[in-house]
Amino acid sequence: MYTSLAFSFMPYKTILSPRASITTQDNKNVYRTKVSRNPTMEKLQYNYLFPEISEREAQHAKKYPNAKIISLGIGDTTEPLPDVVASSMANYAYSLSTRTGYRGYGAEQGSKDLRKAIAETFYKDMGIQGAEVFVSDGAQCDISRLQMLFGSNMSIAVQDPIFPAYIDSSVIIGQTGDVEQGSGRYQNIEYMRCDPHHNFFPDLSKTARTDIIFFCSPNNPTGHAASWEQLEQLVKLAQENGSIIVYDSAYAVYITDGSPRSIYEIPGAKKVAIEVSSFSKIAGFTGVRLGWTVVPKELLYSNGFPVINDFNRIICTCFNGASRIAQAGGLASLSSEGFKSVMSLVDYYKSNAEILLETFESLGLKAYGGVNAPYLWVHFPGSNSWDVFNEILEKTHIITVPGSGFGPAGKEYIRVTAFGHRENILEASDRLRSLLL
Amino acid sequence: MSAIHQNVSTSLSASTSTFLSHNNLKSLRPSHVSVAGRMSAVVKCVATPSAEKTAYKTDVARNENLAKLQAGYLFPEIARRRNAHIAKNPDAKVISLGIGDTTEPIPEVITSAMSKRSEVLSTVSGYSGYGAEQGEQKLRAAIASTYYAGLGIEENDIFVSDGAKSDISRLQVLFGSNVTMAVQDPSYPAYVDSSVILGQTGLFQTDVEKYANIEYMRCTPENGFFPDLSTVRRTDIIFFCSPNNPTGSAASREQLTKLVQFAKENGSIIVYDSAYAMYVSDDSPRSIFEIPGAREVALEVSSFSKYAGFTGVRLGWTAIPKELHYSDGFPVAKDFNRIVCTCFNGASNIAQAGGLACVSPEGIKAMHEVVGFYKENTAIIVDTFNSLGFKVYGGKNAPYVWVHFPGRSSWDVFSEILEKTHVVTTPGSGFGPGGEGFVRVSAFGHRENVLEACRRFKELYK
Repeated sequence: MYTSLAFSFMPYKTILSPRASITTQDNKNVYRTKVSRNPTMEKLQYNYLFPEISEREAQHAKKYPNAKIISLGIGDTTEPLPDVVASSMANYAYSLSTRTGYRGYGAEQGSKDLRKAIAETFYKDMGIQGAEVFVSDGAQCDISRLQMLFGSNMSIAVQDPIFPAYIDSSVIIGQTGDVEQGSGRYQNIEYMRCDPHHNFFPDLSKTARTDIIFFCSPNNPTGHAASWEQLEQLVKLAQENGSIIVYDSAYAVYITDGSPRSIYEIPGAKKVAIEVSSFSKIAGFTGVRLGWTVVPKELLYSNGFPVINDFNRIICTCFNGASRIAQAGGLASLSSEGFKSVMSLVDYYKSNAEILLETFESLGLKAYGGVNAPYLWVHFPGSNSWDVFNEILEKTHIITVPGSGFGPAGKEYIRVTAFGHRENILEASDRLRSLLL
Repeated sequence: MSAIHQNVSTSLSASTSTFLSHNNLKSLRPSHVSVAGRMSAVVKCVATPSAEKTAYKTDVARNENLAKLQAGYLFPEIARRRNAHIAKNPDAKVISLGIGDTTEPIPEVITSAMSKRSEVLSTVSGYSGYGAEQGEQKLRAAIASTYYAGLGIEENDIFVSDGAKSDISRLQVLFGSNVTMAVQDPSYPAYVDSSVILGQTGLFQTDVEKYANIEYMRCTPENGFFPDLSTVRRTDIIFFCSPNNPTGSAASREQLTKLVQFAKENGSIIVYDSAYAMYVSDDSPRSIFEIPGAREVALEVSSFSKYAGFTGVRLGWTAIPKELHYSDGFPVAKDFNRIVCTCFNGASNIAQAGGLACVSPEGIKAMHEVVGFYKENTAIIVDTFNSLGFKVYGGKNAPYVWVHFPGRSSWDVFSEILEKTHVVTTPGSGFGPGGEGFVRVSAFGHRENVLEACRRFKELYK
């Protein structure tokens, strides 16, 4: 955390000041280069959402040093890695100190074994080969590398509400205009409203054509997993508009109800979609750093050039491969024993979600999600989510995430994650009951 | 579309070429290089007209910046050539002194820290999830005190990463497309290529082999591998690598003082790549921040790759002084922090545990031993080429030997050495037009392989 300079988050009702800009008065005597600040960075209105939440937690801890803060905010995994996964990494690390085991640079695209294992585990019968899988240090990094790939002359569409990395990376790379002060939306981004009343799926007939469509399912933050029919519509729209879908399936393993786990389950998707995923929420690799992106060979630019060729060039130039140790862990997590053990962790978090769903239901609050994703999207009608966030924090010492951090459509919602030790989930439930009953 | 798919599937695997020329889908050029200084051997993506007509295309335009790139990134091409050679000569014992890839095992004090961290992640009390995007505080502090003691760089100025290559691109994203940049010529290709990708450059000019809008600062034996700054145009950003990859030259204190002064006069920002600083043998500066005034004009990128053999483990850092400000007074570090929080999610916690062990007293000693071993390799290679009457540069402060082959195409020399001695090197023109006529020999290798390679060089060039 860059705690020495704490910037504030600017919600609609401004409680805290907006992101500070340095005025001439502040550092008159300080030497300045003649290099202009990147104007795209200036467009960013707020700090990135999750460091802001961390900062609030830190401030709260200072204010209440004896409080037992329970974090249901940042979606951070909490349970230890299964032994089979951890020991594979421990052994691999040790082998690097042996003459026969030492390895230097790996292929930038990832180890062949791991690429193949990912294809076989997650894309079985979908015709995705190992050569179309690019192993990375995580989805957040991949999203920005995809933006570098696409360049600044692209228009993007995002769900609203949505995980902020797609929007923020789009602003940084220069695809957007300025933010509209009233709505908090950036110009030149097409926001596809996802409401409970419309099954958390956008009205595609009202969606303007964009080059790229970011689509996250199961969704962060709403927890909604798009149905087969919905994804068919999405692929159809992409085909009609000649758009590329960037499909974020990081939470696919949380699906309970048979909804599609990959965009490539939809016929024709390989010609219109890239898929990004991650070991973070599958194997607890949030700190270990491992993910992947699938770019099908059939995906072509308007001039016929394969997107995969350019993505490969980006990977070889702007990246140097995921850590070999992390890749060893990834491979172990996809072994038959490993996969069983990471899935039981997923089940653990899913049970947490069930507990939280029951809690909110018993309080008469409508909580969406929690069935196909480790997130609950709780509705507080007529409220401002930052106010609700603050009240929950002050009165129960529970960190959540205000819905408006995910876009204007999140204004009346709070995102609650299901990651946590069981006892903390139960304790949090008790505290919420005492607050809201 | 099968022709494209064939090329794609064979050329995108790790060991084969990603060296596909992007610009012309319809022509096929021969793979043998004979043009001086031209890296024009390409495996091109060929589309037959009928295949193009039937294959579905999106309406998304290809990023024209990617189209500007002339060829694949340099090192995958070297790998492709090596593998093709191995395939053709299955009995030959091919020795790789091409890609600067470390070969010696990582010292146990470091790997045991990583093993331990891995195991600790399987315990309730030891498990940790997301780390700070800027890096674990202990490691940031240890890097600051190990490499920047007394230089005014503190722990919060250090941003831990998954390596210098990733940092270079994140810095380009930070700076944006409206900045101009200068590079040494020759230089590590990531600076130029990332600049092209981010849209800072014009088209490649084939007559001079340079991208328009990049200022190439020629570094030759004649100018002591330091550019004549009086002939260098002002640019916003100046990439400067010292000890240098590929020439091996380490800039002196006087030279770096001139560079800092130049940056100050022009209001430029120096991106100083010090990835080989631990190889310095004389009193050349190891950090740009040894130069007074540098904190106002420079940031520094470095890496554990060549110190601790972390090429596959992935760990590096960027140091951005608080004193570095944009023209409007905004601190560069604040925006970089935003980039790191948005476009990155921290280096692997296991790699960071290794990094912490690296900068422990025992770890530093161990790294020096590994570096020392590669430096001995370098000395052997330098002696070999000297004894054969070649003009040899570098090799004193870096694990690279820069050998002059006057009047010859570096790709031709590369091919000749590969064909006749089964040793892989790197052709100088891969690093820019200023590298033509030179070959880079890297000193990473098992001792017996380095000795054997030198025996073969002696045979070829006696």
